[in-house]
Amino acid sequence: MSVDTKWTYDENYVREYSQKRGEPEWLTEQRLTAIRLADELELPKPEKTNIKTWNFTEFKHDSGEAAPIQSVDDLHEDVQALIDRSTEEQNLIVFRDGKPIYRTESDHLKEQGVLFLDIETAAREHSDLLKKYFMGSAVEVDEHRLTALHVALLNGGTFIYVPKNVTVEAPLQTIYWQEDPEAGLFNHVIVAAEDNSQVTYLENYASFNREQSAVANIISEVYTGQNAKVSYGGVDHFEKGVTTYVNRRGYVEKDGYLEWALGQMNEGNTVSDNTTVLQGDGSHADTKAVSIGREDQSQNFWTNIVHYGKHSTGHILTHGVMKDKASSIFNGVTKIKHGATKADGQQTERVLMLSERARGDANPILLIDEDDVTAGHAASVGRVDPMQMFYMMSRGITRTEAERLIIHGFLAPVVNELPIQAVKERLTEVIERKVY
Amino acid sequence: MAGSTLKIEGLHVEIDGSEIIKGLDLEINGGEIHAIMGPNGTGKSTLASAIMGHPRYEITQGSVHLDGKDVLEMEVDERAHAGMFLAMQYPSEISGVTNSDFMRSAINSNRGEGDEISLMKFIRKMDSKMDELEIDQSFSQRYLNEGFSGGEKKRNEILQLLMLEPRIAILDEIDSGLDIDALKVVSKGINSMKSPDFGCLIITHYQRLLNYITPDKVHVMMQGRIVKSGGAELAQRLEEEGYDWIKEELGIEDEKVGEQA
Ligand SMILES: Nc1ncnc2c1ncn2[C@@H]1O[C@H](COP(=O)(O)OP(=O)(O)OP(=O)(O)O)[C@@H](O)[C@H]1O
Ligand SMILES: [Mg+2]
Repeated sequence: MSVDTKWTYDENYVREYSQKRGEPEWLTEQRLTAIRLADELELPKPEKTNIKTWNFTEFKHDSGEAAPIQSVDDLHEDVQALIDRSTEEQNLIVFRDGKPIYRTESDHLKEQGVLFLDIETAAREHSDLLKKYFMGSAVEVDEHRLTALHVALLNGGTFIYVPKNVTVEAPLQTIYWQEDPEAGLFNHVIVAAEDNSQVTYLENYASFNREQSAVANIISEVYTGQNAKVSYGGVDHFEKGVTTYVNRRGYVEKDGYLEWALGQMNEGNTVSDNTTVLQGDGSHADTKAVSIGREDQSQNFWTNIVHYGKHSTGHILTHGVMKDKASSIFNGVTKIKHGATKADGQQTERVLMLSERARGDANPILLIDEDDVTAGHAASVGRVDPMQMFYMMSRGITRTEAERLIIHGFLAPVVNELPIQAVKERLTEVIERKVY
Repeated sequence: MAGSTLKIEGLHVEIDGSEIIKGLDLEINGGEIHAIMGPNGTGKSTLASAIMGHPRYEITQGSVHLDGKDVLEMEVDERAHAGMFLAMQYPSEISGVTNSDFMRSAINSNRGEGDEISLMKFIRKMDSKMDELEIDQSFSQRYLNEGFSGGEKKRNEILQLLMLEPRIAILDEIDSGLDIDALKVVSKGINSMKSPDFGCLIITHYQRLLNYITPDKVHVMMQGRIVKSGGAELAQRLEEEGYDWIKEELGIEDEKVGEQA
């Protein structure tokens, strides 16, 4: 660990923290291994983005006990606005600084044997099941310092378990609200969908304070069983001071289907890794993501799909808008392993830059070790055509409004295709807030 | 208030350092229809774009005033707010923005905050103007000009004209690419704007548009200037005889800008 006087997180701290939460032995052990690893490992090195000077170490880790609230009406109104009200049946957990403060779920879920729990409760009450999935085949603790720190300092998150043959009708929604602007969120999400099951999961990361600095270190693991279908929607909107590492991983078995719909709208520096492993034959992944960068924000996005299964299909569609002095790297990687015959990998990355000082890079990468496949990519980085701007303004539309229309228009092909209506609506609102 | 007056005096315009408009005077009053004709490359579109504030054109001399207000001081959108409109020779395509969203945004920008048009009123107006111009309703949900045929784009420019109701409009080759029926429909649309409050400058190569819209004045542009002005009969004569007689009369060898000594 870099020498930092504020750094107080050592083995003792981690052990005490784990015990205070009443965690099972195996989890305490994993945390301890992780904190040792964190010392040895380096930060990840995302291509073309230097993150060495980013704040990954200054944050408040333990926000103490949080008093639960009785009704969503007691929530901050900006948080209330995040709640998906499109379905009658509501399954929702709201977290404040990592702690669950509100939870509601339909009786139906329990009858079906579905688990929808904060991870702290899951560790105490469903230890064996959690252990089966936690830091499983999708992600390794020793990938780099941030994965290790994540495990060591885990302080929030959700565990979702859907048994075989169960279809969860209404979406399961979580809101991770950072209220204390110095609180570090080490949030872990697991969605385990057993064979032939179906589930839609929606998450919102949000903070509303622009000034102080903190860290979000997030890992999601999504296990899609045989012939199962998981729709995973996320809208990230942390304010400027929050440095984010977000790693969303998927693992898809035979004939399984995993779709990602991501609005990566953080205002602060962000490294994002979204990797899906298509393990089984006939497995399918579809990733759609949009992003807007502004001010002096720097972001690095990896979207990877790795094909092992025969006849597996993986599609990536990413659109990003860069304003002001923002810079972003969009990497799309389609990896087709030897033996994944008849696999199909397609990806498109498009970046629109609205200012002379903005920077955007789109790097489509195809790594193919099998002959009998179809694969393709398209990438573009462009600027607003001054003729378009002139045309719109000549009708009386102000420059800002013209930019707003152009941004919505540029993102529309992705937003309109998002499979989850609630994500679409939330995202449209966040885009609206970010375009001015 | 009676019609507006657009007054252009001693205008010089450059693009990338070469002078295209070389001293041009023109006054358009509410209630008047002016036509500018002239061979290719003589600066007609340059004039139109420069008046509207296209960022690539630099005005090196002269002035443009709308009812005494300095147009050249205004941003492009402010010119529109002041009542000006330009139907472009080559309208831009804007992906992802529907015709209807664009139009509503334009109307509201002109009306200003707090005075936005109600959605119902907007839809009714748009419907009726589209009917008038025989534009299929499906075009309101299509992305702005994207994939429109040449003629469809021109009709869409006139739709914007009818929706925005400017005080002074410049129509740059609004007739090019239109079939005979479309020409009639578009002319009807433009004629419906006729009033003492509406002044119009039509840039065209063909007399046929002027058969439907009778101009009060016709100007001929060559070498970046207006070299001859007259009434509707001037357009007639150009149609029959071409430009050679004017060149002879004025001793012009090459009518294009930049070619003369
Ligand atoms: N960037 C430039 N540098 C130099 N000359 C230019 C540039 N852009 C345009 N021109 C020239 O300016 C002249 C006037 O062009 P303009 O488009 O105004 O002509 P026009 O009269 O509208 O012609 P048309 O009837 O073909 O539409 C042309 O000769 C054109 O080539
Ligand atoms: Mg022209």
